[in-house]
Amino acid sequence: MKSGMMEHALNNDTNYLNDGTTLRSWLLTTDHKRIGILYMLSITFFFFIGGAAAVLFRLELMTPRGDMLSPDAYNKLFSLHGIVMVWFFLIPAVPNVLGNFLIPLMIGARDLAFPRLNLASWYIFMAGGLFTLLVIIIGGVDTGWTFYTPYSSTYANTYVILAATGIFINGFSSIATGLNFIVTIHLLRAPGMIWFRLPLFVWTMYATSLIMVLATPVLAVALALIAVERIFHVGIFDPAIGGDPLLFQHLFWFYSHPAVYIMILPGMGVVSEIVPCFARKPLFGYTFVAMSSLAIASLGFLVWGHHMFVSGQSVYAGLIFSLLSMLVAIPSAIKVFNWTATLYKGTIFLKTPMLYALGFIGLFTIGGLTGICLATLAFDIHVHDTYFIIAHFHYVMVGGMVMAYLGGIHFWWPKMTGKMYNEWLGRINALIVFLGFNLAFFPQFILGYLGNPRRYHVYPDEFQVFHVMSSLGASILGVGYVLPLFYLIWSYKFGRSSGQNPWHARGVEWEAASPPIKHNFYEVPVVDYPAYDYPPAGPDFTMSEGELEPTSPEQPQRRITSSHGT
Amino acid sequence: MIDEFQILPEAASRGAYAIDLIAWALLAISTFFSLLIMFAILVFIIRYWHRRQVPRESRISGKRKLALEIVWSTIPLGILLVMFFWGAVVYVEAHQPPVDPIEVNVVGKQWMWKVAHESGRGEINSLHLPAGRPVRLTMISQDVIHSFFIPAFRNKQDVLPRRYTTLWFEATEPGRYHLFCAEYCGTSHAEMVGEVVVQEPEEYTRWAAATEKEPLAQRGRRLVDRLGCLQCHGLVDGFQTGPPLNGLYGKTVPLENGTTATADAPYLRRSIIDPQADRRAGYESVMPSYEDKIEPDQMFEIIAYLRSIKDATGPLAGPDTIPEESPGNSNSESANGEGG
Repeated sequence: MKSGMMEHALNNDTNYLNDGTTLRSWLLTTDHKRIGILYMLSITFFFFIGGAAAVLFRLELMTPRGDMLSPDAYNKLFSLHGIVMVWFFLIPAVPNVLGNFLIPLMIGARDLAFPRLNLASWYIFMAGGLFTLLVIIIGGVDTGWTFYTPYSSTYANTYVILAATGIFINGFSSIATGLNFIVTIHLLRAPGMIWFRLPLFVWTMYATSLIMVLATPVLAVALALIAVERIFHVGIFDPAIGGDPLLFQHLFWFYSHPAVYIMILPGMGVVSEIVPCFARKPLFGYTFVAMSSLAIASLGFLVWGHHMFVSGQSVYAGLIFSLLSMLVAIPSAIKVFNWTATLYKGTIFLKTPMLYALGFIGLFTIGGLTGICLATLAFDIHVHDTYFIIAHFHYVMVGGMVMAYLGGIHFWWPKMTGKMYNEWLGRINALIVFLGFNLAFFPQFILGYLGNPRRYHVYPDEFQVFHVMSSLGASILGVGYVLPLFYLIWSYKFGRSSGQNPWHARGVEWEAASPPIKHNFYEVPVVDYPAYDYPPAGPDFTMSEGELEPTSPEQPQRRITSSHGT
Repeated sequence: MIDEFQILPEAASRGAYAIDLIAWALLAISTFFSLLIMFAILVFIIRYWHRRQVPRESRISGKRKLALEIVWSTIPLGILLVMFFWGAVVYVEAHQPPVDPIEVNVVGKQWMWKVAHESGRGEINSLHLPAGRPVRLTMISQDVIHSFFIPAFRNKQDVLPRRYTTLWFEATEPGRYHLFCAEYCGTSHAEMVGEVVVQEPEEYTRWAAATEKEPLAQRGRRLVDRLGCLQCHGLVDGFQTGPPLNGLYGKTVPLENGTTATADAPYLRRSIIDPQADRRAGYESVMPSYEDKIEPDQMFEIIAYLRSIKDATGPLAGPDTIPEESPGNSNSESANGEGG
């Protein structure tokens, strides 16, 4: 056992990062970790593109008049923000960065099942993303990320087909990744890694992958039909030529509502990893949290009609979709209660990742509860298509998912780079993000209830105060997003070594060196323990980073059984 | 109009109070659970802070864990079901047709609202209403999807191309309120706004009558004549090609496919545009589509006419059911003047 540790230490000079340093070695890599890093760099780029659009329109919204942007420029900016953030940041964020990096490590595999498909998915993603950027440069699209017909199919004079093509291409990347994850989780688990020993992060990745594989084709169909209508004038969505405008909304939301769960489930997985580690306690209600992910993924396919309560769909459809939408709240509530209960009788450390995770729980709770408000039919009539919706889904997507993503990056940063960032900067940044976020989006609940419709670049004077608050909050939030860019890169260059497992975390991924070697493990791990087998932390247990070995004498060492020949 | 700082919007319709009540309940539930979670997290952080020496050994038994899971699933489920039923009841009520409403017709187009009152008076980007009377809007879009939204009434309905949607409310407080388009509709979406003016009933009646134009029903009658509708419709029942028009509006009619339909504005419009879709039982499919011959404004006029003869019992709706008109010279003017 001791020799195992020594071996790691001895071989620490070769790892996946320095095993080949040429551009070619990165662009042709099939190593899931390197592909994860490629994805991280790419989505960070897209995140700041989408963020720049938000900066511009939040500036415009500081005053009730249209004094900075033309209506068309404003419309293109919010469309760009939505399209880039949804398809090129939120959907790939946790799955393609953390999922890619961690799934094989967590289940004790050498790589994903289809390493070359994995690389291909990144190229497809980049093709779709750069194509979409090109569309923005040549003139953009003004339909919003929702592409509602017949506006998008007949009336919009912008590059609808091209933008849809970018998203269409990107869809294949999603499907490839989802497929890869499903096969990997089924087939490549290490000896002893039975389903109910899987970390919950892997469970949520599994649920997410199911949605990616099943729902994305429907989006592709919907977008392709828009193109068919625009090019060949076949009446599909435009009633002027015999189509049905609501058909598109059904198709679009049949994908896009489950896609919302693509965006939030992985975040829930990240939080389920972080909370037990910094409470030094097994996760409360493992089975319930695992099954609730599958419940969310399956119920998610049955609730799309709640986007259409005022669209003119039948009252009966409204009733059914309202009831089913309410039910999604149950598995979500189960998760929140179980995370909270995990803290009970724990030994709590408020390290940077934990601050993000707790921030996630608080903001996701508000996002989820306002989701219940929106599922309540009569209430939705009033706030539908107002800022209330904007606030709600930003609480889930940004307050939830982006917090979880940042938490995950901070949690596994030592694993990815072997380096430790400045803990106090990390903590302060988590606070900046939390406060900035709330200031940016809480006023929008009030704006929405007051009746300010979304996608308005001018608005009545009495709404201004809330818009100013929101814009101020957004600028604080902006600082919170830029700062990690600097201190994380700095830590990678100059930071001190983190050691193999600075958090003394118990997942299999921490058995590998930090950063891991090319094929992850020297020996295939054999798993004979449940997930989150955190032993009670003794009075001497500390979590000061940069140490190779736990200081607590009671901390049992993990057995790394060598199973030769595999 | 509202000028000063506010957190809650004005409520100016009967339905608004029902929705505000739901909003308060939802706010209470949301606040309670948010605070519960945040409070629990805070207490646990303080109590189980890693430097504190507190008993941590006794972990919860499997049985009690299961009990906890059941409790925190079923209590929210109960609350959710209550909110579902409450929201559903108010929603269903909002979709019940009102009794004896004032009918107002709305055309949405990029980027304006065109309103036609039964009196014949029209307006653009404003809507005059009487307080204390149910008002029903029958709405259609000429291009993309719009959404008619009056925050003070807590009411909203998408306005679709080539399909009628309806929205009704009963304003309670005279005053001026915002009217917004809530569904993104292109460049000037944010300028597709207007003003709802709620007046005392007498004031509204005066306002509506102050027009030189003919009432909608009268214009509709002229259109029905011009289009030759009465050649097939409106003769003595039983000896005609199409169903009689008098007494039709609002009636429940049997359809060829075995079901029934209420002959309301959406049904009547559909029957004129696409006569085969919901054909009346017992009639031949000989009527052509009038889709290209009738503008949206004119469709409202025809339906207003049908509404005006809904209680007529005679074989043919005569000029006595509508105000006298001078035949001949005004025909072309009325058919083309308003439709645009």
